[in-house]
Amino acid sequence: MSTGVTEKTQKTIGGIRRTFAPWNDPQAVPLIRYQNVTKRFGEFVAVDNLSLDIYEREFFALLGPSGCGKTTLMRMLAGFEDPTEGQITLAGQDLVGTPPYKRQTNMMFQSYALFPHMSVWDNIAFGLKQDRMEKGAIDARVEEMLKLVKLEKFAKRKPHQLSGGQRQRVALARSLAKRPKVLLLDEPLGALDKKLREETQFELMDIQMELGMTFLIVTHDQEEAMTVADRIAVMNQGRLVQVDQPAVIYEHPNSRYVADFVGDVNILDATVETVEPGMVTLRPVAAPERRFRIAQDCAAKPGDSVAIALRPEKMRVELDPPADTNVNCVQGEIWDIGYLGDLSIYHVELPGGVRVKAAKPNLTRMVERPITWDDKVYVYFSPDAGVVLTS
Amino acid sequence: MRKGLSWFNVTSIALGFAFLYIPIVLLVIYSFNASRMVTVWAGFSTHWYWQLFQNQQLLDAAWVTLRVAFLTATVATVLGTLAAITLTRYGRFTGRTLFSGMVYAPLVMPEVITGLSLLLLFVAVDIDRGFWTITLAHITFTMCFVSVVVQSRLVTFDRSLEEAALDLGCTPFRTFFVITLPIILPAVISGWMLAFTLSLDDLVIASFTTGPGATTLPMRIYSQVRLGVTPEINAACTILIAIVTVVVIVVSIMTKRQELERQRAERLAAAG
Repeated sequence: MSTGVTEKTQKTIGGIRRTFAPWNDPQAVPLIRYQNVTKRFGEFVAVDNLSLDIYEREFFALLGPSGCGKTTLMRMLAGFEDPTEGQITLAGQDLVGTPPYKRQTNMMFQSYALFPHMSVWDNIAFGLKQDRMEKGAIDARVEEMLKLVKLEKFAKRKPHQLSGGQRQRVALARSLAKRPKVLLLDEPLGALDKKLREETQFELMDIQMELGMTFLIVTHDQEEAMTVADRIAVMNQGRLVQVDQPAVIYEHPNSRYVADFVGDVNILDATVETVEPGMVTLRPVAAPERRFRIAQDCAAKPGDSVAIALRPEKMRVELDPPADTNVNCVQGEIWDIGYLGDLSIYHVELPGGVRVKAAKPNLTRMVERPITWDDKVYVYFSPDAGVVLTS
Repeated sequence: MRKGLSWFNVTSIALGFAFLYIPIVLLVIYSFNASRMVTVWAGFSTHWYWQLFQNQQLLDAAWVTLRVAFLTATVATVLGTLAAITLTRYGRFTGRTLFSGMVYAPLVMPEVITGLSLLLLFVAVDIDRGFWTITLAHITFTMCFVSVVVQSRLVTFDRSLEEAALDLGCTPFRTFFVITLPIILPAVISGWMLAFTLSLDDLVIASFTTGPGATTLPMRIYSQVRLGVTPEINAACTILIAIVTVVVIVVSIMTKRQELERQRAERLAAAG
């Protein structure tokens, strides 16, 4: 399903996506600034002295488990909550104390919150009518929005006469109709099934690019955040743990928490042996006779206890030892196999009793695979596959 | 599952219906009795209905009752809805428990006590008793029923609908009238109808709080029955029953239709 984006704009999108990085530009002025924001509900601290800058045209994702404060952070921008301390500015204007109906942000709610007694058309026109826009302009804008979300034929329907996916589109059209400075999306795709969700993610990205708007999305689904966002902020207990581009979050997590929360990961405890520029040598606790070399600058000192984060898809499982002696290698025994169709996940037990997961793409059409339960195998990975985590 | 009914089911249903409806059916039948004697059948006649419409006292009482009930239902609906919103929306304010207790007290208070205490109040502040005191008393005791009905709807109300309206630039005041009220309207209307019928057939509280010149229909019927049941009263009651029956049937047909409409629409949505 495309979103009516022409081929020409699609071509320019690629160029914009490749070069878009205002967060690296010291001259860039952020559109949204959270400055030392704290929000308490009685004793509970939902957001803890948090500062964050979000730039214009950015697709920004707040990612974290439920109760981490991500929704509160968004609701403070919409005006449904006021911060206990700190300042929030939008385009240079202090927002604290401004009621939601006077803010230039619009929100798409998790429950969609479509007005059940109004038709699709009236739902989309609602915000425009509040602005006392003239009739002709309202009609034109609603038509445009219906076209954008491909619901022209459903204008007269009531929300309960629509399917879940259609309701989601109406909610999106309604929140976009006023052309807000920032669109807030609160778990927007949570109620859709997996296939529809994936399609809609790409549609959201296209719409965001086409309209050139700033989107802020709240989600607990890391795949969703990785797919749609320019930058992701991983949150835990009211604080930001890491804010960066999806690939950096995934490949260079800054802590066990991020490595564990985003994607599948093996975390191996290890002790630092030597530290050189661009290379760390470690002694894994699970296989003390082995030495792992990780290509990374590291602040740790020899003797420190650290963790190595290894993504399953970056580990290889073979019956024969690797030919290249430069790779890190450890022997183990197959504990369990998960066949997923495209991949098989091998659970390998290392001598110390620690189990690691390694993913292997199933490249050939074979029902009987060469590696099976209780086989002695070699698990290996190159020095640039793992990350040393000091926190 | 077995189809059909066992003899036990049939008997219990028959007995149940008989117990509930034989008195009413008898009343309706005897309202068409030509004889003056209530218990002796002397042929079909609509005489007592003609008689009824000539009975100025009964007609006056009916008119007073309707005015009281209409005014009561309207004011009680406004106050009861406001109370329900306060109780569901404003969380734990000081005096909430007291307020909620006060709103619901008339629900469990014996009518005699409500009536008596209101009478004492009206005497103490020296208000002329009559139409307005009955109306005030009825508002007091019907408001809690409205509040219960509306509150039960508000509990399941999705707050994000109101937030969405605010977010789209609608002021809180307007949001109440264009979003909240239309959505809870069925509950508000039920509340109004409940208050209306409660006021319509109240005898006890009206008797306590009335004064000269303001006699409601239940009071008039009661005082006439004390002098013996006349077929005229039967006719009056039959008319009341007819009105109530028609209203109930109309409401249930409307609800049923809406439900069917909704189901049809949902099937349509699922298909397309």
